[in-house]
Amino acid sequence: MSKLNKNSNGYIFGFAFLIIVVCASLLSTVSGALYEKQYQERELERKKFILKSALGSEVDEMEKPAIAELYDQRVKESVINSKGEVQEGIAVNTIDLKKEYKKLEKNGSLKAGQSINLPLYEVKDESGNATEYYVMPTYGFGLWDNIWGYLALQKDLNTVQGFVLDHKGETPGLGARITEDKVQQRYSGDKKIFEGSDLVAVRMMKGEGNDYASKPHEVDGMSGATLTADGVNAMMRNYLNLYLSFINSKKQ
Amino acid sequence: MSTEAQAIEEVAVKEKEPLLSKKNRKLVNNPLDADNPITVQVLGVCSALAVTVKLVPTLYMCLSVLFVLIFSNLAVSMLRNVIPGRIRIIVQLLVVASLVAIVDQVLQAYAYEVSKQLSVFVGLIITNCIIMGRLEAFALANKPWPSFLDAVGNGLGYAVILIPVAFFRELFGSGSLLGFNVLGEGYQGNGVMMSPVGACIVLGLLIWFQRARNGYSEEA
Repeated sequence: MSKLNKNSNGYIFGFAFLIIVVCASLLSTVSGALYEKQYQERELERKKFILKSALGSEVDEMEKPAIAELYDQRVKESVINSKGEVQEGIAVNTIDLKKEYKKLEKNGSLKAGQSINLPLYEVKDESGNATEYYVMPTYGFGLWDNIWGYLALQKDLNTVQGFVLDHKGETPGLGARITEDKVQQRYSGDKKIFEGSDLVAVRMMKGEGNDYASKPHEVDGMSGATLTADGVNAMMRNYLNLYLSFINSKKQ
Repeated sequence: MSTEAQAIEEVAVKEKEPLLSKKNRKLVNNPLDADNPITVQVLGVCSALAVTVKLVPTLYMCLSVLFVLIFSNLAVSMLRNVIPGRIRIIVQLLVVASLVAIVDQVLQAYAYEVSKQLSVFVGLIITNCIIMGRLEAFALANKPWPSFLDAVGNGLGYAVILIPVAFFRELFGSGSLLGFNVLGEGYQGNGVMMSPVGACIVLGLLIWFQRARNGYSEEA
């Protein structure tokens, strides 16, 4: 060992190469071994968010197998495009929301010549026949990174049932509060997305602690996180526009 | 066992340093109090302020740091004679980053909720000064066993500060402990404790308490 010159370029390159190969193979092994389990966890979270947006926060209390079972019982998955046409042969869990989101222009309209796949979840009533809630995934950009959410509408396709939100990198304690039940519950209840026949969506306002009970298109904001709220507002508006053809076709 | 055999064994043990000699015990004990990485060396404070809102994520964070610290100290200590001096920092970083990536992957698979709560702070273990500090200051110059003890000591020294901070923050911030409500439904929650400012105050009080008790003061 001591015969080697440890400061020669050859030794340094050789050592660096070896340790990189060792670390890289270790990491790829671990990542490969855990992939299946991580995928299951993400799938379960998707199911949980969908159920939670429609049925409320008691879904949080349920055990994991119970959530999967309830989802299988109550939720019908389908994929539509922005014209409201059902896309046969595409499974919802193969749709990468982030990739689909990239087909949008900055202002939220679909880029020319693109067609977008939109997952649609219909939550059925206890008997499993009639659709009680429509859940639409949304995707957007907050202050620092991507945000996403599941918007549940009641069967009139006007009243908001719930809006479950999540994010990648919003500021903890400020924008990251969109994941809190207390913030999400501001959307539940009596908020409407239509004013007459115009789509106006629901906006999260600047400032916190104000009463918006009498205003059907506004909810209380998050102090110190106005830009995240702007992102949430844009996300909701953009995706409601994409789902608009479907919504209108169902309302007739 | 005959006394003769016992005597031989004792000699054999004495030739090597006993596994838990006084010196080695100090490696574990010192960082817990007199040479604590957070309160005395003031390292790793960023994560101490950031991840201590709730006890459960804090416990996972402490375990993660302990794991990374132990295995990076062991790895660097075993490689200490072959690591080229000129790229030693990069090599240490590579070892630490690989271990952190493993921890992150495992958390995503087996503690998905917690990994989301810890978010970027798992990744930021890479830049935790405690880890690089121990590698530079200790593992590069010592054998694996003392390095292991040093890692255990410093990892626990990190935990012994973070857990009380998280205890008080969760108790006064959300009125709960380990997610169970203890102060009653009517408790409003203290916003300061929920923010890193609260962590700074609790940590400051802990440092004050510890220094008053140990009579420690900064050298001029």
